[in-house]
Amino acid sequence: MSATITPATAAKRVGNFTVAFDQVRIAGRAAVVGPHEGKGNLTAYFDHIAADPMWGESSAERAERHYLRTACRLALEAAGVRPEDVNYFLAGDLLNQLITSNFVAHSLGIPFYGLFNACATIAEGLALGAALVDGGFADRVLVGASSHYQTAERQYRYPIELNVQRKPTNHWTTTGAGAALLARDGAGPRLTLHTAGRVIDYGLKDVNDMGSAMAPAAADTLLRHLADTGRHVGDYDLILTGDLGRQGSKMFRMLVKEAGITLGGKHKDGGVMMFKPEQQAGAGASGAACSATVIFGYAIKEMERGRYRRVLCLPTGSLHSPLSYQQGESIPTISHAVVLEW
Amino acid sequence: MDPKRYRQLVRERLPKPDLARGVTRAFVLGGTIALLGQVVYDIFRAMEPTQGEAVAATLATLILIGGVLTALGVYDNLAEWGGAGAAVPITGFANTIVSAAMDFRREGIVLGLASKMFVIAGPVIVFATVVGLIVGLAKAIYLGLFA
Repeated sequence: MSATITPATAAKRVGNFTVAFDQVRIAGRAAVVGPHEGKGNLTAYFDHIAADPMWGESSAERAERHYLRTACRLALEAAGVRPEDVNYFLAGDLLNQLITSNFVAHSLGIPFYGLFNACATIAEGLALGAALVDGGFADRVLVGASSHYQTAERQYRYPIELNVQRKPTNHWTTTGAGAALLARDGAGPRLTLHTAGRVIDYGLKDVNDMGSAMAPAAADTLLRHLADTGRHVGDYDLILTGDLGRQGSKMFRMLVKEAGITLGGKHKDGGVMMFKPEQQAGAGASGAACSATVIFGYAIKEMERGRYRRVLCLPTGSLHSPLSYQQGESIPTISHAVVLEW
Repeated sequence: MDPKRYRQLVRERLPKPDLARGVTRAFVLGGTIALLGQVVYDIFRAMEPTQGEAVAATLATLILIGGVLTALGVYDNLAEWGGAGAAVPITGFANTIVSAAMDFRREGIVLGLASKMFVIAGPVIVFATVVGLIVGLAKAIYLGLFA
């Protein structure tokens, strides 16, 4: 893991893989979900729960855009900012060519960079957005990510109504979107540190168990983050992985423990938190919207209430494509760390 | 951790499926569908002049039931409960075609619905045809039809 790397000379670098931001805040944020997610464990934390997963649209792909567009609108409103005051829009989703984000970026009219890190996309957006703001390249950056159960099933798995039985390690793609406005000032938490993820591939091939495939990526990033910053698990009130699910969380804790680090009660996983057991979501939730809505809904709202002061977010993503796994390739995964401090 | 060892640990830590529950449910659901088929067959047998016509009418009826339950969004819930009990009978075959047709309807009648409706059922048809051919040839050889 500790490859020999030339000592950093860039002023904002900390250790080998981490950067520190001087002044970036989450000035506004929003979490929008579908009705199934709205009946789960986190109901009280969402800003809008759609009554209809299809949002009255004729296709699930069109519906997904409403989720992202609404999350962006609510995040801008929360920050008291108009779209024309935003310098960049960074967003991504799970669909081919980032089609959801492309259409939403068009309707917002903000200069746009499309991002893909699968379910870790929101962390990529937060890291790059923070770099733009802190580097003096932008006053305000809007970041967002979305996913939709039906669009993801269609692209990655089977027809919605097909007779397949879910395995206990299957994930349920979150229908929803999260968005946040980054600026130098604002009412929300500060974004202070970011440790960039490496693509990790332990050769796992089972797309019905993405949690086990992603756990090494989360562990790798966590260990590098702690090594770079000299921080300990105890310095954080919450270590929030994105969507490892029950199986992935088990593997993540095992990997971290083997590296000699005890997580104690500090670790929570967005995928495990999202649904109630009776919702039959298998290992838990997944999707780009899972991390986004759990961070912008649960984590930041609990920070506002004073329950958490320092949160380490570790969204995780499976970077396979429908073609790559049909061709028998393993699942490349990634996890980026971003630190929120109140 | 060594990736090979990690893969081994993942295999050891996978949740064990409840085999007894799965088999029981599949038996109950598959058996219920088969029983339904038997009732439908008995009704048609009383109406149709030949056994072949009664079988054809029974299969058509079960396919219709499978299709309608799929369209109503019920069949995938049955499968979630009963697994192979829903997948193996001919109602499950109807489900594979109707569910695919529903999914791709939005991409148009020709390039969506019509071209994609066999995306799941296609392999079943292909392998059924291939196996049918092999068994047919074997039977022909056994009966000495090529002699």
